[in-house]
Amino acid sequence: MIEVSNLSYSAGQAQILRDISLTIPQGGITAIIGPNGAGKSSLLHCIAGLLTPSGGQVRIDGLDPFDAPHRDRARAVALLQQTPRIATRLRVRELVAFGRWPHHGGRPGPEDARLTEEALATFDLTPLADRSLETLSGGQRQRALVAMTWAQSAPWLLLDEPLNALDPKYARDLMERLHDLTRPAPEQRSVVVVIHDINAAAGWADRVIALKDGEIGASGPCNDIMTPATLHAVFGMAFDVIDHKQRPVVIAR
Amino acid sequence: MRLPLIIALVLAALVTASLCIGAASLFAGDLDAGFLIATSRFPRTAAALLAGMGLALAGVVVQQSVQNRLVEPSLIGTPESAMLGLLAITLAWPGAPIWIKMCSGALAALAGMAGFLGLARALPRHDPMLLPIVGMIYGGILMAVGLWLAWVTDLMQYLGTWRLSEFSGVVQGRYELLWGIAALAVLLYLVADRITLLGLGETQARSLGLNYGQTRALGLGIVATIIALVVVTVGTLPFVGLVASNIVSRWRGDNLRANLPVIAAFGAGAVLAADILGRLIRYPYEIPAGTIFAVAGAGIFLWLLNAAPARAHD
Repeated sequence: MIEVSNLSYSAGQAQILRDISLTIPQGGITAIIGPNGAGKSSLLHCIAGLLTPSGGQVRIDGLDPFDAPHRDRARAVALLQQTPRIATRLRVRELVAFGRWPHHGGRPGPEDARLTEEALATFDLTPLADRSLETLSGGQRQRALVAMTWAQSAPWLLLDEPLNALDPKYARDLMERLHDLTRPAPEQRSVVVVIHDINAAAGWADRVIALKDGEIGASGPCNDIMTPATLHAVFGMAFDVIDHKQRPVVIAR
Repeated sequence: MRLPLIIALVLAALVTASLCIGAASLFAGDLDAGFLIATSRFPRTAAALLAGMGLALAGVVVQQSVQNRLVEPSLIGTPESAMLGLLAITLAWPGAPIWIKMCSGALAALAGMAGFLGLARALPRHDPMLLPIVGMIYGGILMAVGLWLAWVTDLMQYLGTWRLSEFSGVVQGRYELLWGIAALAVLLYLVADRITLLGLGETQARSLGLNYGQTRALGLGIVATIIALVVVTVGTLPFVGLVASNIVSRWRGDNLRANLPVIAAFGAGAVLAADILGRLIRYPYEIPAGTIFAVAGAGIFLWLLNAAPARAHD
């Protein structure tokens, strides 16, 4: 369980997050939505222990990400930043293998190799494993990065706008894959994902946290948040919400 | 053929050539060939190999640290900073032992890099060419300060020996400090994975559990020491780090666990080749290896600027 209490974050003079308290239970996909500049990405980075908050605290399954040794933290929570600028020329397999780094610290064993191959297979990257990242499309590269984060084997996976470079098919495939992998069986991990596309959240999230101006506008089960009234309160515009195969679909009015 | 074997053969050929070529012939019989090799030819060959290896490794560490493959120490003012440190210690303590001078140079080089990183933070990151341009201006300003200081204190001659690498003056007893580079190379190899992780960028590297600040400080500390060692013993050589790491990266990628030895060998071989060429072009006179490398390196740098568009940074 992730517990955030009274979290505030400022960048220079600007206060980005104000007094945020929330808990995220284990399992499933939790989506963080909200207008641009609401502080979604900052909240994710604070939870991962990569941005130092100006106040409040974070616990990830009881672990304080700001206090724990770096590699302990990386074994508890893995974050994939939004469109990371990878200048390094690595092959896909080399990149994904770096996901194991917090576990072996430079001396990989057979288990690390096995989990690397497993992550490659999970995200359909085995045929691309020996290709250089440079030669991949934006979507393939994004999948390789998600696979690296997956190989980290952390119970918590935090993804910042993972669908950005993906065309609709790969976006659906990725969310579907994450959905399956966060069910109780065979292996339950927990995913927290920042998404600006409301319908991607509506289609796949189990829970939604809606941020507005650095505060929590609403949070709860997906169907409770995806209502015209709540969305209007968060985004300041009118939406229609229709039901499609038991999932909400949000249409801007 | 396996790569290590090819590298070993090429280096062996260069070393043999370097030991045999010089103004005096080993085979004329009018002097003791063993003595000549032990006191002059071997030290000179070792100095070129060690300096080349060190500069190549320094280049790749700097590139990973700032995630830009168009920079290297000589393009961000590091040798110039080291020279300022050497000038300062020469003025403050003229009779200081050489290792004290080296330490002063290394500390100044580190301070110079910290200054550059401060500048780099303020730069927009969308254009990879901005970093080397700002770095060259920064280095130019530091050099101007050094020149002024050397001029008013009558130390221009010292500055001249530090500014352009020249191996003809290397004899037994005057280059041994360079073996420190071999030790630093081993240290770098031990942290090769961490240096590769630096290249993923701060957020991603930290998310993978890397102590980013500490790793970068260690890497740049090694770079500063290498540069100070090279400047104080043989003088700086531009472009070695840029050329070696870029060519190896294009060829074999950036997994430094696998490629650091190749980069080191490439730098060592290239500098030794430049030195041999410098001895041959106007035989029996010599052209400094630094001059040879500056001409070749500038050409390769221009090629890289054109051949490495968005990919250099994206």
